[in-house]
Amino acid sequence: MTVGILALQGDFREHEEILRSIGAPTLLVRQPKQLEHVDRLIIPGGESTTIGKLMALYHLLAPIRQRAGQTLTLWGTCAGAILMSRQLVGKHASDQPALAVMDITVRRNAFGRQLDSFETMVQMPVIGAQPIAGVFIRAPIIEAAGDGVEVLARIDDDTIVAARQGRLLVTTFHPELSGDDRVHRYFLEL
Amino acid sequence: MEKSTWTTRVGLAQMLKGGVIMDVVTPEQARIAEEAGAVAVMALERVPADIRAQGGVARMSDPELILAIMEAVTIPVMAKARIGHFVESQVLEALGIDYIDESEVLTPADEEFHINKHAFKVPFVCGCRNLGEGLRRVAEGAAMLRTKGEAGTGNVVEAVRHARAVYGEIRCLQSMNEDELFSAAKNLQAPYELVRQVAQTGRLPVVNFAAGGVATPADAALMMQLGVDGVFVGSGIFKSGDPARRARAIVEATTHYNEPEVIAEVSKGLGEAMVGIEISSIPADQLLAERGW
Repeated sequence: MTVGILALQGDFREHEEILRSIGAPTLLVRQPKQLEHVDRLIIPGGESTTIGKLMALYHLLAPIRQRAGQTLTLWGTCAGAILMSRQLVGKHASDQPALAVMDITVRRNAFGRQLDSFETMVQMPVIGAQPIAGVFIRAPIIEAAGDGVEVLARIDDDTIVAARQGRLLVTTFHPELSGDDRVHRYFLEL
Repeated sequence: MEKSTWTTRVGLAQMLKGGVIMDVVTPEQARIAEEAGAVAVMALERVPADIRAQGGVARMSDPELILAIMEAVTIPVMAKARIGHFVESQVLEALGIDYIDESEVLTPADEEFHINKHAFKVPFVCGCRNLGEGLRRVAEGAAMLRTKGEAGTGNVVEAVRHARAVYGEIRCLQSMNEDELFSAAKNLQAPYELVRQVAQTGRLPVVNFAAGGVATPADAALMMQLGVDGVFVGSGIFKSGDPARRARAIVEATTHYNEPEVIAEVSKGLGEAMVGIEISSIPADQLLAERGW
């Protein structure tokens, strides 16, 4: 079982390091041919517009979309969550190429600009009772989740920050920056 | 909930890795950059090539222009403040800018002290020519570095020199024992704690991009192969014949920097690159990289 990490842009090295530290074989994915070797794929944090355009340009959207949730377990962090959502709202949302595979509605940069980026502890029962340090950087908000979607974590004002639909996982924060490998371990078991 | 922590400031730079940050002087250019796949834009009144050509004192841009550019795109927007000009930085922070570049491209406001960047909530990126200079900036609170290169020249030679210096010095530190590190810190004129951290981890404490002279997709890939995390392109895009196409090509080459076939493909028929300047033809007092202490 090899875990692919989409390496077009963003903090893919941080994901790679955590997976290595827990002994999971990894492969950086930049071209469709590399997809054939993986059955899990992480879409990292980064700029969703950049990653989306490069996915379209290098013909990665269709092959991922085809297998998503079936033969390919997907996890999107922040930008990755934006790219996985079926409904994207906010400024310029409609012209952005995306995977659109999960029944969630996401609003980009929903907390504001960089000055509104923040850290807070997140209770996420599926990874254990101990909360995880949530790093939110120009983070999106999951505004709505469809019937088949299980909400995994919310922060204080009830905002959804982690959700799962079968073998599709999204977090609007960055477990790869928190030095806590529990979400990565959870993903490997999906 | 804690806003603007060190982790979120360094973290935004981590999100920009593998990407291209482009200088833009109008909202229209900002949209072209975003459309081409830029991860962020640097809002300026004049690109470095024009600052170099026109001379005079180069200052922070008009807030109205910066706000118009922030309005035009959804990607992060950076802006430059003069070295040591902490009030220009306060103004930029008040505008809600996403990153401040304390930049040698503008005329320095202080020839002894850089801005105390710990005093700000907005993150800073600073230029460096070598490891010691980079670590001094990190000690002052820079959450991101960029090698300086020589801005506005379209000549990558200085960017290469500075990147080779930084990564070579890191490799040197890694081979040293504890005793030698104290002396290395003294020689680098950098705080011992940061020097030790670099020696242990084999990497800079923050993300480092290349800047100053990148004009082609191959230039961008060259810098990536030398070890930088991403590239700034200043004059290289909007001083070229076909900015949209060149911008896209540089974005692709930065992602696929290890794949010569891709770089070859995207380099085809890009039209004219910006006219470059031979570094030795620049009078010593006009070398921007010399600014910063």
